[in-house]
Amino acid sequence: MSDLDRRAAPPGKLPGNLATNPRLDRWLAFDAAGHVVVTPGKVELGQGILTALAQIVAEELDVAMARVRLQAAATPDSPNEGVTSGSLSVQDSGMALRHVAAAARAIHLQVAAQRSGVPVEALRVEDGAFLAPDGRAIGSYWAQADAALLACEAPVDARPKPPGERRIAGTSAARIDLPDKVFGAPRFVHDLRLPGMLHARVVRPPARQARLVGLREGALPEGVVIARDGSFLAVVAGSEHDAERAAERLAARATWQATDTLPDPGALADWLRAAPGDHAVIAERDEAAGAATRTIRATFFRPYVTHASVGTSCAVARWQDGTLEVWSHTQGVYNLRADLAKALRMKEEAILVRHMEGAGCYGHNGADDVALDAALAAHAVPGRPVRLLWSRAEELGWGPVSSAMVVEIEAGLDAAGNIATWREEVVSHGHSSRPGRDPNPTLLAVEYMDPPRRIPNAINPPLASGGGAQRNAIPAYRIPRMTIGLKRIAEMPLRCSALRGLGAPVNVLAIESVMEDLAAAAGEDPLDFRLRHLDDPRGRDVLALAAEMCGWRGRAKREGFGLGLAYARYKHTGAYCAVAAEIEALDRVVCRRLWIAADVGEVINPDGVMNQYEGGAIHGVSMALKEQVAFDRRTVTGTRWEDYPILRFSEVPTVETRLIPRPEEKPLGAGEASLAPAVAAIANAIHDALGIRPRAMPFTPDTLATA
Amino acid sequence: MVAFTLNGQPVSVEAAEDEALLHVLRGALDLSGPRYGCGAEQCGACAVLVDGAPAYACAIAASSAAGRSVTTVEGLGSPDTPHALQTALLAEQAGQCGFCLSGMIVAASALLAREPDPDDAAIRAALDPHLCRCGSHNRIIRAVQRAAAEMRA
Repeated sequence: MSDLDRRAAPPGKLPGNLATNPRLDRWLAFDAAGHVVVTPGKVELGQGILTALAQIVAEELDVAMARVRLQAAATPDSPNEGVTSGSLSVQDSGMALRHVAAAARAIHLQVAAQRSGVPVEALRVEDGAFLAPDGRAIGSYWAQADAALLACEAPVDARPKPPGERRIAGTSAARIDLPDKVFGAPRFVHDLRLPGMLHARVVRPPARQARLVGLREGALPEGVVIARDGSFLAVVAGSEHDAERAAERLAARATWQATDTLPDPGALADWLRAAPGDHAVIAERDEAAGAATRTIRATFFRPYVTHASVGTSCAVARWQDGTLEVWSHTQGVYNLRADLAKALRMKEEAILVRHMEGAGCYGHNGADDVALDAALAAHAVPGRPVRLLWSRAEELGWGPVSSAMVVEIEAGLDAAGNIATWREEVVSHGHSSRPGRDPNPTLLAVEYMDPPRRIPNAINPPLASGGGAQRNAIPAYRIPRMTIGLKRIAEMPLRCSALRGLGAPVNVLAIESVMEDLAAAAGEDPLDFRLRHLDDPRGRDVLALAAEMCGWRGRAKREGFGLGLAYARYKHTGAYCAVAAEIEALDRVVCRRLWIAADVGEVINPDGVMNQYEGGAIHGVSMALKEQVAFDRRTVTGTRWEDYPILRFSEVPTVETRLIPRPEEKPLGAGEASLAPAVAAIANAIHDALGIRPRAMPFTPDTLATA
Repeated sequence: MVAFTLNGQPVSVEAAEDEALLHVLRGALDLSGPRYGCGAEQCGACAVLVDGAPAYACAIAASSAAGRSVTTVEGLGSPDTPHALQTALLAEQAGQCGFCLSGMIVAASALLAREPDPDDAAIRAALDPHLCRCGSHNRIIRAVQRAAAEMRA
């Protein structure tokens, strides 16, 4: 379940998404061959969630990991867990499955006890076999693999193991999906091959919202079928080669009516400030404070950035007898189904959506859009499965982008060097236009189908579910007087949606930069200044650890190098992270080293958590130093890797990550915690090296020259 | 028809004159290891070996492989007989989504074939044309070092 959807969930005592999907057999089954079949609603995005869920289930059931089979989410049978997003899968799906497995274990042991006469307290479980005190096997999950046993709602009082007894959850189990990926085995939706499958490509217009007003007749490769719905144009062919050739030829014959719809890219920050929107005060505090004697004012800016998945979006669709079947790397099979139904004006029950893995998405990329594209293409060839693959230009040019943002802060210190006042304004588009949540569909093609429908403006989830633009906009520090405002821009000329961290990277950059300036004004070391204003002991611990790892206290100034620190607790309710960054200022800034201190509460898989923290921080380095979506008044022009460069091997810093183990605490998702502090730590390291405060991302020679 | 050696076996396949090797490998030849990422030699996801040298299967015509030897990640090793790089990547848990790994493995195998003991800079240079968005770079570098040590032993 997504952070948004969760607010609508009825209150219940069951943990995670079990509250909305309480039947045990919806989550878990045993088979007679000795397997546990687990059917989570969350999906693998490359983050390793399937492995973590398998560990949790194997732990509670006392079976070997190898017995656990994870089934990819699919409608209509998987539990509806909304969207796999927001670093919530361990909390929402994992804690549900922990409870389900504990309940299933108790039910099975009860049955075994009744049948054998051995008291249930005397039974133990060894790799799924139920053993009496004398070692005699009196049953097993497999021998009792009777679906009826789990055909009930989860009892509220199932008791998972206490933390001290865990043997599998909490260890660095190897990723169950990785072997296929190193041997090149078919695993991604891109690799799906169905009998009679055809290949499709979309012919994109030269401008946003352009209308297809003419299509000259002409020869196409043999067997090619044109699929057109209004201004949506695609080709279907027997091979990828023919589909690409046909799309090229058709593009040359199409006439489009196009107008300027995008803001002036040269004055984006001004446009953001001037654009109409709805304003809200998202946090206000007015406690006794000393008078501000020194004031820091600063404005921060980030342009649009995008997901830039290494694999392009892909889906397979087939129409048969009024039913649409879709194979997709969506983050939410039910949400996609809902929007496909709206877009195609059909009943949800007539659509099946089956998840298959894609390349890492880091948020809402083109995965859902391409599913509707494939459905529209397949409509031209009923009965035939059609695989539609986006080009690199589509992936970088037509997927949702993450909003450009402006954050303005004015903060004051009192005479004693304490933060007295903090006024902040965040200007942004909404950060989510994920499918399944609005009466209108949000899939790209609906703006081109006949009749065209506008995609609803992106929203910001409420702060209670993590927020969007306002995510991490409220400083975590002790500040007596504070006003935080947010303007959501009323329209989105470029479609915006969720990207790793949502508003957090810009908000944390702004806050952690101002904290450094305040520390300087107070004449205090920025680490000490933070620690002095931070009450959360777990936050203080990660800051202190990162400082220790990078040798903060004993650091010596090196010509051309800089060291910077930053801290954030993701969403203020999620995982803790402090990052120290070392940069070298050459003709451009290069990040050489990162030190990451992490606290995710209970850790299901330490290696997986470290992988996520490191990956998120490297994503942050890339966003900080390189990324911006290039566009003109009509369309995105940065559609090749050379126009949207991301961090390469030669530029990747060495990274050291340490986890503070807290097995008694609730688990917190790891996927997004490190990106924002990595961006801010780099900015602070640049200031340390060059004495200038980077205020516009990305931190390139051009933007630093104006800092 | 184009005839060449694919992962040690002779193959003969129908291909249009300008059809990309990648489409033929993933299409008629039923492989999934080489992947489309950009179609423009800019990401390395499609990398294969042609006569032992890394090549971008998205950008070369299948016809140009005639009479040559093409090796994909599937040809380097299998679960039963893994290449040292595949074993090392698993040992280091060097991947997240894994979409880029086929091309990385192919490129790294060519590096190790010509340079059995590459330093960090040489590994980074060999993999620099390959994009990874998940941030698994450091693990991948460690895996190449581990495989190199394994192969020298």
